[in-house]
Parts: sequence; C-alpha cells; structure tokens
Amino acid sequence: MLEDILSIDFTPFVLSFKLAFITTLILFVVSLPLAWWLSQTASKTKPFIEALTALPIVLPPSVLGFYILVALSKNSPIGAFFERVFNIDLVFSFGGLVVASCFYSLPFMVQPLQSGFESLNKNMLEASYISGKGVIETILKVAIPNIKPSLLTALIVTFAHTVGEFGVVLMVGGSIPGETKVASVAIYEMVEMMDYKSAHIYSAIMVFISFLTLLGVYLFNRKIKKIGF
Amino acid sequence: MVFIDIGKKLHGIGGEMELKVSLSIKRGEFLVVTGKSGSGKTTFLRILAGLERGGGVIEVDGEIWQNEKVFLKPQKREIGFVFQDYALFPNMSVLGNLLYVRNDIPLARRLLEITDLLDLSDRLPATLSGGQKQRVALCRALMKRPKLLLMDEPLSALDMDMRIKLQKEISLLHKEFKTTTIMVSHDPSEIYRLADRVVVLEFGEIIKEGSAKELFLKESDKKLFFWGEVLDILKREGESRAVVFVEGKIVLIPISKERVSDLQIGRKIKIGVDASTLFIA
Repeated sequence: MLEDILSIDFTPFVLSFKLAFITTLILFVVSLPLAWWLSQTASKTKPFIEALTALPIVLPPSVLGFYILVALSKNSPIGAFFERVFNIDLVFSFGGLVVASCFYSLPFMVQPLQSGFESLNKNMLEASYISGKGVIETILKVAIPNIKPSLLTALIVTFAHTVGEFGVVLMVGGSIPGETKVASVAIYEMVEMMDYKSAHIYSAIMVFISFLTLLGVYLFNRKIKKIGF
Repeated sequence: MVFIDIGKKLHGIGGEMELKVSLSIKRGEFLVVTGKSGSGKTTFLRILAGLERGGGVIEVDGEIWQNEKVFLKPQKREIGFVFQDYALFPNMSVLGNLLYVRNDIPLARRLLEITDLLDLSDRLPATLSGGQKQRVALCRALMKRPKLLLMDEPLSALDMDMRIKLQKEISLLHKEFKTTTIMVSHDPSEIYRLADRVVVLEFGEIIKEGSAKELFLKESDKKLFFWGEVLDILKREGESRAVVFVEGKIVLIPISKERVSDLQIGRKIKIGVDASTLFIA
C-alpha cells in the first residue's frame, strides 16, 4: 500500500496547483477593481456586467470550453495575435489552460469581493475620502483590511475551484502529460483505463486536500468574527 | 469667512422639494442647523463636503470650492466630518485612526489629551463605548486642521450623561482650535449650549435664523405639557373639577365648559402649564 502511494506520479497534482496558483493571482488583480466598481456604482450597466460575470457558474463547462477553444485557435484573431506576437499556441497548452481557468473561476473571485465591499459602512469610506485619501489608498488601507473573511473566501474558493475544474480543462487543454494533464483529467483517464487503484488514491488525495482547505477558511472566518474585524 | 449659496432638487418623503440655502458664516463661528427630519439638513452638509453634487457656490476663506465651473472633490476641500455612526476605521487603533488623516503625532496626542483618550491610544474601535468612539471621530475630524468642521447629529446615538460630557468637549475643542463649525442637531439644550447662531430648515429652506436665545426664549406662548389620568369628576354649584393623577401626584383641575362633555373617568389627558408661572424649587 505504502509503495503504491510512494510510486504515484505527482506531476498532475503539481500541474493542478500551479494552474490554480497562477489563475488565483491573475484573477485577484483583475477582479479587485471590477468588484470595487460593481460595489460602488449606481450605473444602469451594473446588472449586465453582473450577469456576464456570473455566467460561468451556470454555463456547462463544455459550452465555455468550446467558445474558449474557438477563440484561442489560430483561425481566430485572438489566437492568431498570440501566435504572431508572443509565438505561443494557446490551444492544448498550459497558457491556454490559464486563460480558460480565468474565465471559468472569475465569479468565484468577483462575487465574494463585491459582497465584502458592499457590506462596508459607506460613511467610513467617505471619512477616508474626506481625510484626503484617494480611491486606491482607501481600497488598500481601509476597504481590504476590513473585508478579510470575504477576501480569504475569494482567494481560497477561486483556488479550490480551479483545482477542481475538469470539463473546460479537458476541452481546451486535452491531456498532455506534464503540460495540460491536471489531476482531475488524470483521474478521468485512470477510470477510463479501469485503473481503479490509482483512481482511488488520486481521488482520496483530492478529497483530503479540498476538505482541509475549506476547513481552514471556516476556522479563520470564525476567529475573525470573534475579534470583530 | 464662509459663503454658501446652494440649491438642489430633492426627492423627499413628502414628494419633491428644492433645497435652497444661502448663508455666510464668520470665521470661528459655531452654527447649528436644525429642523424636522426630511428638511434637507444632512444633504446640506453632504453638499458642503462634496459628497453630493448640488448647484451653486461655496466659497471658504476666499477659495472657491464650487461654482458653475469648479467642483472640488471631498479630498481637496479642507473639511472635517463627524458622522452620527462614528464611521471609524475598525482595523486601526485610536491613534492609527488619527494618524491616517495626517501623520502629526504631537497634534494627535494633544487632541487625545483634551478628550481624555490618551490612555486608550492603542485600543481598537470595537473595544470602545459609543461616547469614546464619537470622541475619537471628533479628534480625527480635526486632524487636518480643517477650515470647516461639519457634524451630522454627532451625539444623537448617545445617552444623556454622555451627551453633556461630549458637549463640553466639543465646546472645549472649539475654543482651542476656533474651527468654523456647522452642526446638525435636534436637541434644544445642546443647541443652546453650543450655538453662536441657529438656522431652522423646513422643506429645504431657511425659515428662521438667530441666536439660540432669540429663537428659544422669545417665543410668546411657552407651555409645558404633562400626561395625566382622570380619576374622578367633582361637580359643585354648576362648576366641574377633575381629579387627575399626574407626575406621581393627585391634583384638582378646573374644567372649562367646552370640555365638560368629553371628559370621562379613566381617560388619559394632556395638561398644560404656562411656563411663566414656574419657579425654581
């Protein structure tokens, strides 16, 4: 049993976590201004942007994967642009997976941040403006430190959700070992090849890590609630 | 010198109304704005702070804050603002809240000393009482050495004792820093204690203006009212008198002819006293 565990190829896990890490980082930077804007605006376009952002939650991963695949292929202007300027092929490559994951996990970053920002006392933000501070300084020094639970939820859930994705990854990345074969895809292949023993071990590891991560979030949020901020 | 002449259409509880305020305020003056809720007081302060857009002119010590061409953002207006709900930064200590505005430790310490908060410098706002929080907010508003201090019902969430304590501190700080101040308040004793001048707003317009003395003391028909319960009605020689339980005492009150028919035993009634007949016990 121990030998079985030790002999596992951990590359798919490393790939999964690398993908999740990069995706979370990119999404954090992109979503912060978007979530802030959504939380403060009275613009009529807000519901449209919100609906657009939430789309990946309801769309079947195959639909999302299909459109991303079409958009990134060399026949589309986007794919052609990336190939000409950066000389990278985004289809069936790690880079393509990152792009796909960013779309797929966007709502999981934007929504908690937005609701965190919305829950802040408006007078407190105004007090910061009156103190002479601009929007960026207010976000960094007042808004973010006071939405720690939402911030942590956004980061962790985005990370976990990216680790857990399957359909989009399979469609956009395929299953190239060491390049696009992430843990979820590896498990799918094992089951297909009736290698149940490896599938069991991989799946158990996924359950274990996911549970620990979520437990960490909830424990932290409980502690934060007790302190008061 | 502060010169204000502003206007804005408001959608209040009683339909549309137009906020139209024209005022000039001397340097160092303590002005109180009072009036029924929905009369536009808070909007008036928010327009002065640049938190809401309103048409018209605001000029402070010769500097234009807004007119047809100029509109300074809240960041550029030299104001302090004290909110009713304190609006402190929960992630910063008492001292941190002050230094966030301006990194001036001597001034911060002096303000905290005047308001008796020096011992609480390192505490987080969540661990303070309401009165302490509002004192921190007051100090924070003065950290920029503002040309105009705006306070929106700063004491209305506090109990009576705390209000009186804070009124004294506001007065102390006003004497020390001589900041031109506009405060919204409903409490007559507070207004009397603090205001150099009072402005009464109704439906967005100034309906009365003057010193607290002029406004509160010169009104001719000053009456005090109490609630009482009719215990009995006595009739003798065509005259009726009611036995009334009021303020813990039983008293006999003559009933005028017009009221005889609608007075019944057990009813709650309102009793009036002319203020001129009062004496100090």
